[in-house]
Amino acid sequence: MASIKELSRREDKLAGGHRLCAGCGASIAVRQVLLGAGDDYQIVAGCATGCLEVSTTIYPYSSWKVPFIHNAFENSAATISGVEAAFKGLKAAGKIPGDKKMKFVAFGGDGGTYDIGLQSLSGAMERGHDMVYVCYDNGAYMNTGIQRSSATPKGAWATTAEVGKAQQGKTQKRKDLTSIIAAHNIPYVAQGSISEWKDLAAKAEKAFAVDGPAFLNVFAPCPRGWRIPYNQSVSIASLAVKTGYWPLFEVVDGEWAMTTKRVTRENRLPIEDFLKPQGRFKHLFRPGNEALLVEIQADVDRNLDYVMKRAGL
Amino acid sequence: MATQKTLAATGNVLVAEAMRQCAPDVMAAYPITPQTTIVEEFAKFVAQGRVHTEYVTVESEHSAMSACVGASAAGARVMTATSSQGLALMWEELHIASGMRLPIVMANANRALSAPINIHCDHSDVMGARDTGWIILFAETAQEAYDNTIMSVRIAEHPDVLLPVMTTLDGFITTHSIDRAQVMDDETVAAFVGDYHPDLALLDDTKPPVSHGNFAGLGGPYFEFKKAQRNAIDRSAAVIKSVGEEWSAICERPFGVIEGWGMEDAELAIVAIGSTAGNARHVARELRAQGVRVGVLKVRVFRPFPFAEIADALGGCKAVAVLDRSESFGAEGGPLFLEVRSALYDRAERPAIVDYIYGLGGADVKLELMRRVFSDLSDIADGAEVPGRLVYLGAR
Repeated sequence: MASIKELSRREDKLAGGHRLCAGCGASIAVRQVLLGAGDDYQIVAGCATGCLEVSTTIYPYSSWKVPFIHNAFENSAATISGVEAAFKGLKAAGKIPGDKKMKFVAFGGDGGTYDIGLQSLSGAMERGHDMVYVCYDNGAYMNTGIQRSSATPKGAWATTAEVGKAQQGKTQKRKDLTSIIAAHNIPYVAQGSISEWKDLAAKAEKAFAVDGPAFLNVFAPCPRGWRIPYNQSVSIASLAVKTGYWPLFEVVDGEWAMTTKRVTRENRLPIEDFLKPQGRFKHLFRPGNEALLVEIQADVDRNLDYVMKRAGL
Repeated sequence: MATQKTLAATGNVLVAEAMRQCAPDVMAAYPITPQTTIVEEFAKFVAQGRVHTEYVTVESEHSAMSACVGASAAGARVMTATSSQGLALMWEELHIASGMRLPIVMANANRALSAPINIHCDHSDVMGARDTGWIILFAETAQEAYDNTIMSVRIAEHPDVLLPVMTTLDGFITTHSIDRAQVMDDETVAAFVGDYHPDLALLDDTKPPVSHGNFAGLGGPYFEFKKAQRNAIDRSAAVIKSVGEEWSAICERPFGVIEGWGMEDAELAIVAIGSTAGNARHVARELRAQGVRVGVLKVRVFRPFPFAEIADALGGCKAVAVLDRSESFGAEGGPLFLEVRSALYDRAERPAIVDYIYGLGGADVKLELMRRVFSDLSDIADGAEVPGRLVYLGAR
């Protein structure tokens, strides 16, 4: 595990000067993951259509200091699986030396991963490509203007899950994508947060080191979509971890384990601490929505129980 | 020394054989009737260790083409095959493959589109992809499907072109019927297609890292990229011809972008694509024996469309029938008719022209129907009125 000193000496693979918003969680996620991956192998990156892509690849510029490919929205995983296949095919053809090491990583937001890209991701994981898939989860379709996704938390406002007399934001629970990918029985699956850089960098290092598919689901706040000040991204992400809304865990060859800063039912903060600072949840604190808050807390606790149980705690 | 052996095989087996001989680095494909025997045949080559290809058995056609795009951008020679709904599911990726200028080669087993569901031949699938920026070749026979596949690699990867090529054959009629064909030896095919040397490959670490698929909106050069793409497909016309001549010199079979039979002095002509050209030619021979000046014009290359060649070939006719095996609902005629009539617009002398929609969903293309078309043309040449709109040929 690299120290912060070592990480700080590694070259950033995503250059500054891109057009993402101040405080964007996505670029922090990408930089932490690629720093954590280390310099032992050359990396080829791909990315789904979305904020990250449109803001880092404005022709004729590119923020990517590694070979990069964007194809479309739902197929970041399939595209990178093709790049990885080319690496193997060109090795077999003798055009790339047999001992050459390269690693392949696909990025996607929650819309491009939980929703429209789920099939492509599932296929790539099942086929066993030597690749890492990184979802930066900001809980909505931010690039198109904050529409709800299956990662949007229950009760959150979104432009397609509005707040009014008849509805208090999103009515459905979020999908547990990390468990779905863990069910693919791949070598490495983990959930991380941009607020826990050490934990995330260590998970990235492990994900890149395995021979085969790995998946990282990274909590990455969006100040614009969450209606929070741009300098609060990391602290809100930290509250997601401390309230147990976003448990930090990893699944290594099927073995679940909670990782650093273990949050349990006993020490977790109340979910209000995570919800209150965010404009997208402000309606939940109006009179009449008390029961909804209780429901949301119960959902968080149930999920925390589930992860702890899987981790044998 | 080029040596050919004569085989009895289906179109799909021959396409798979051509693909093996072209030695793709990556094949990413998903099964769909009637393409399946191509990917099954190729899977055998993989299992037998006869190819070095990395075979990616994707979970959908969308992912098939997505993986092809990734692999091609990475610097690999890439192939796939599909049909019908599969091609339709790829639609988004077809545009991306051509827009990113990736020389992917894909076989398409021409099949009807749902609904109602139907697995048999027509050209609705490929015609739905006619404006996706792919070069599109039609095979009449299993032999031509084999030859087109080999030539596709050279056309796609030519530095003046760098566009994907779709090489199509008629579902079941050509994909599954056993036909006699000549297959070239492996070494000759390998020498003919050569090695692929991409200029901007993701995996080429001898150059600075490259980004593919960048954003070109917000006043960026999207429009100029499209103009460059138009120029490339225009340039491909000459490449298709020269590659055809080169392969023809080796295998001693002709490969015109169009192929005329009796067109030198024909008064009545049928324009067709794919397997139906053979049915039309059979009837044309009968009529020629009776002294009727008929001809058949087969179009082998649909994109880029050979406007000048077709106008020249049809210029001397009195009446022309265009046979469309797909619809363009709401348009004046089927896709082939629209192109052929447009090709004739600039000519001072224009023949009467009729569009026949036929054979949708594998409806039988009986010789009787071809006789009826020539009979209609004969009546028109003798002064009968040209039908005001397209004719559904043989519909019950």
